[in-house]
This record gives sequence, structure tokens and C-alpha cells, in this order.
Amino acid sequence: MSAPVAAARPPVTVDDRDRVAPPRPRDLTLPLVALGLGAAVAAALVGLLVGPIRLPVGAVVGALVDRLPGAEVAHGLDAASTTILFEIRWPRVILGLAVGALLSGSGAAYQGVFRNPLADPYLLGVAAGAGLGATLAIVTGTASLAGGFALPAAAFVGAVLAVLATAGLSLRRGRPSGPAALILAGVAVAALLAAVQTYLLQRHADSLRAVYGWLLGRLSTVGWAEVRLVLPVLIVTAVVLVLAAGRIDVLAVGDEEATTLGVRPGPTRAAILAVASLATATAVAVSGLIGFVGLIVPHGVRLIAGTGNRRVVPLSMLFGAAFLTLADVAARTVQAPAELPIGVITAFVGAPAFLLILRSQQGRA
Amino acid sequence: MRSIRSRLVAAAPALALAALLAACGGDATTPEPAPPDADAAAAAPEQDPDAEPDEPASGFPLELEVAGRTLAIAARPERIVSLSPSTTEGLFAVGAGPQVVAVDEYSDFPAEAPTTDLSGFTPNVEAIVGYDPDLVIVSYDPGDLVASLETAGVPVLVLDAAVDLDGALAQLGTLGTVTGNVATAQDVVRSLEDRIEAAVASVPPLDVPATYVHVLDDALFTATSATFIGSVYGRFGLENAADAADPDGEAFGYPQLSAEYLVDADPDLVFLPGGDADAFAALPGLGGLRAVASDRVVELAPDVASRWGPRVVDFVERVAATVATLPEPAATTP
Repeated sequence: MSAPVAAARPPVTVDDRDRVAPPRPRDLTLPLVALGLGAAVAAALVGLLVGPIRLPVGAVVGALVDRLPGAEVAHGLDAASTTILFEIRWPRVILGLAVGALLSGSGAAYQGVFRNPLADPYLLGVAAGAGLGATLAIVTGTASLAGGFALPAAAFVGAVLAVLATAGLSLRRGRPSGPAALILAGVAVAALLAAVQTYLLQRHADSLRAVYGWLLGRLSTVGWAEVRLVLPVLIVTAVVLVLAAGRIDVLAVGDEEATTLGVRPGPTRAAILAVASLATATAVAVSGLIGFVGLIVPHGVRLIAGTGNRRVVPLSMLFGAAFLTLADVAARTVQAPAELPIGVITAFVGAPAFLLILRSQQGRA
Repeated sequence: MRSIRSRLVAAAPALALAALLAACGGDATTPEPAPPDADAAAAAPEQDPDAEPDEPASGFPLELEVAGRTLAIAARPERIVSLSPSTTEGLFAVGAGPQVVAVDEYSDFPAEAPTTDLSGFTPNVEAIVGYDPDLVIVSYDPGDLVASLETAGVPVLVLDAAVDLDGALAQLGTLGTVTGNVATAQDVVRSLEDRIEAAVASVPPLDVPATYVHVLDDALFTATSATFIGSVYGRFGLENAADAADPDGEAFGYPQLSAEYLVDADPDLVFLPGGDADAFAALPGLGGLRAVASDRVVELAPDVASRWGPRVVDFVERVAATVATLPEPAATTP
């Protein structure tokens, strides 16, 4: 519930009717934002400085400053190192930040809207749809068309169609019928699409490596072109989700109460889910399926900042950005000069973290 | 190996589905009924008109030790099923083509190979037995295929992927032996050996080894010198720049290479099986590689570079031609 609305109306007791965790909405405070921003900036610096090829720290900082308008610094970075820094690491760091923010922000929004701690950004079929789209592009050999952008395009279209199918299937007599129907429709759509995808893989076993490489997520070969695709979506998503975060809290008190508080539950839920799904589809299109980020980062944020979504959503985006960037550093250094799929790193860190969160919530219930 | 295990965990649902589909696959891929003469041929394969009586019985019945397994073949096989594109090519090269009744879905060479929808990856025993084979040749045993077929009384020759050129040629010899085409196989192997030697001899030895990468896709999965294909480059004294990415073979010779490492290593030659040189040059940071600037990003046919059949010698000659274009300075400057 947003503060002005709450102040104008009698307070609603929510503690005994909310199954997840009682939202105690509090405003985002400056120290929390500073902490989140600091984490993201620190992760970005680590991302620029650490990789399989050791670049001299002083020269990297010099080269970065040199790029600032008006600044000229002799940094002594050779041509290959300059390419590594500006053509490989820099876009990779920005994509890591952006994809982490999109997945974590969407995850927080999904969890809030569905009032379900197990919700993640792939809940409504985004992952299965994108996976099928990407698989189709790869097995038909069209993945490399349009300068390689047929693959993300196919994944994006697949993700959006899957979410639309989920939404359509959950309608009852043309009207939305609540979160449970939506989740079940999402599960059904995901299972169906996964089956089709697996069948395609069976028929095209020679594409297994390419498809699994994509499914496990990759930031390893992204460049500025992907950055240009993602940044506009990131900005729109950040603005919409941060502004709508207060309404997620209002939805949490229940549909009737939300209506009395001036929030129309159906359209509000639909709008928030639409934005979160588009954000997820975009992230998935450029990076493949990176699991667990959208699940664990919001829960981690709740541990330090409480459950109010006006804190959880923006902080999830900041800490998600930091987390994924660091995960990508691990992906390219753990077995350097070989790459590990980033989805392996996030799952390796995420699965135990998720179990801990689950245990702590059971203790609370 | 942790990464594989984690990959499996992450892929577990998909793999479970894959297994499920594989289990049901028989319904979808039931073979067309065996050819009408199947029963007759099976009943008396040794009386088949194709089995020339004057051809020395080539030692049949035959017992052969292949990769630790004893293979017993009663008579010259006349109904061979091959489930690997490499062995299919090998069978036709050693003159056993007329004895082959069915090959797997990916066996697309030579053109006269009887391609079916049999799968070598998720083989269906029933579908294979439907062709009434007297010899089945596979390149690996997924699950218990070999045991099931042998229970059904069908001898199975398992020819693992060759690890180097000599191994590939030796497999041709084995194929000649088990199919009763010993003399043809020997001739073929000898002529392939001559072509390989000529190709290697056509390239002057390099003082400083030139470096290369063999890039499988735009995610920069590569093949190291420990792979079969790497052994071919090794014949020319080329040094694999991706070896550092899989020092202990944990990635089975196929690591995913870091883009920044590739930029730093800056190899002389880039080989792209089934790849596109322009798309490679457009990958982030790779446009400035020496190999791109000097036009030494070589597109290879995808199947030739991933099979170890007789056509691998075409690939050897292609590598020789490419190495020959390296400028003297690159080969001699320290």
C-alpha cells in the first residue's frame, strides 16, 4: 500500500490473512539505495578488471578515464588489451548488470503479485517459450541469419507468445480468473512447449551442444549490439516496476481491500506482469536461460530490507545487477581460459541459497 | 567434473523428458516393414547370390577382438545396419556397400547409402531388428543397445570414435575384415595413407609452429589438439591455441574458449567447420584478429570435419592447402 493512500484511509490489518509475509511497506531509504548502487558499481569494476587475461589495473583505469569526454590520459594499454577491455568486457559487464536487474526486478514483481515465494520470472512460460523459439532457430539453421539476431528474436517471440498463451488459457469466460489459474496455465504451457522442444532436439541431435549452450545461459559472446537492444527495455522496466511497487503491496492485502484502497486488482496485476514478462523475455533473448537469479535475489533483499515491495523491487534490480555481473566474472575465470555456462554458476550458488531461504521461511511460518 | 554435473542438474528436467521421449520413440519411428526378401536372406545368408562362392571365405566364421570385446561372426554379413555416419562412409569405401541394408538418419554419404530414420543417438532395438541384420555397427553404445542386440542374436561391432588418423585408417581395415572385403580395404587404406603423406610432405616444416583454433560455433566452443580433428592439425606441426582451455581433458577436448583469451592468443589460422567467416569476424572483439585481417579464417564443410571416415583425407588436403598460404615470415620469424 502506498503511504498517501494508507494515510487517508483506516489501516487494514493484514498480518493474519497474508500467507507469504506481511508487507510492512516502508519507504526506500537513501542508505539502502547507496548500498545497492555501491554493490552494482563495485561488481562492474570487478567485471572490468578481472578475467582470464590479466590487464594492468592502472592502465585499465587510465583507459577508462581516457574515454571520458574531455579527459586525455596516456594509459599504455596495447591494441589487444584495448579490444578486450572495450569490445569484450565492457559490453559483457553492462549486459550482466542489465540482465541481472531485469531478471531480479521481474522476479520480485512476480513474487509480489502472486504472493508466492516460489514465483520466478520464468513462471508463466517465458523460459519454455524462449527455449522453444531458440531451439527452432538453431535446428532450422536460421539462428545465424540477420547477423546472428535471428536467435534472440526467435527466443523473444517464443517467450512473448508463451506468456500470451498462458494468459489466454487462464481466462474464464473471457475474464481473468485470479493468480492460481494463471500459475496453473503457465505450468501447462511450459510443459507442453518443453515437450515440443525436447522432441525437436531428439530429431536434431547434432544441435544438442548449440541448444544446451543457449539453455544454460551465456554472456560469453555478447557485444554492444546486445547492449543497444537491452538498455531501452531496462529503462522502461525500471521506471514502471519501481513506480508500481507500492501497488504490489496494496494487492497483497487482498483484492477486496485493494479495491477499497483505490487499486483495481485485475488490470494492475495484468500490467505489472506484462512489463515483468517483457523484461524477462528481453533478458532471456540476449543471455539464454539464466536460472535462480530472479528467485534468490529478491529473497536475499527481503532478508536485509524487509518485505515491502517499494524497497524489494528497486533493491532487487540493483543487487541482481551486482550478483549476475559477479557470477559472470566467475563464469569466465573459474576454468580460464575456458568458459563455464553462467547458468551453472547461478544454479551452483542459487540452489543452496534457495534451500536456506526456504528453511528460514518455514521457521517463520 | 563439477561443470558437467551442474549442467546435468540444470538440464535434468529436459533430460528426463528426453529419456521419456526416447522410451516412447519407438511408436513414432517404427520402421517400414523389412524388405520382402528379408526372411529368405536371413534364413540362408550364406546362400545369398551376392556372396560370391569363389571369394575366399575370408576366414568366416570369424572371431575378432575389438576394443576389449570379442565379436563372433558366423558368415560373411549380407545385411549390415550401420548407425554411425563415419562407419557408413567406411563401409562403402571398403566395398561393403552392397551388403548394407540400412544406415542411420545422419548417414547422408555416399548418396547410395540406404538412409533410414534409425537413430544412432537413441537407437530403438526393435526398429533395428526389424531390418533383420546379421551385423550391426555402432560408434557408441547408448544404454544397453549392444547387450539387447546380442541377446537377439545379432553380432554388434562397436567402433568408438577414432582418436587420430591412424585410428581412422585402422577402422577401415576392421570394416574390411568383418565384412569380408579384406583386399579392397587394404588397397583403400594404402591409397589414403599415400594421400596423407603427400599432403603433409607438400608443406615445408615450420620453424616456429603456426597457431590455430578449430571453432565449432559462435559461442566459441573449440576442439583441442587432444581430439581426432586436432590430431590432423598436429600432423602439420600446427599448435592449438585452445589447448590451455582444457589442460586435463575435463571438457573432453571441446572447451568453450573465452573470447578475450582468443584475442590475446591471436592465432595464425581459424578453422570453422560449418561456420561463416563473416559471422565469426563480427563476433565482439574478434574483428581485429590476425587471421581475420589476413583472410585465414577457413570455412570447412561441417560433416567432413566431424567424421572419421575416409573423406577425412579430403580435410587433410584442405588443411595442407591452407597451411601452404602462410607467409614465410610468419613461419620463420621468432
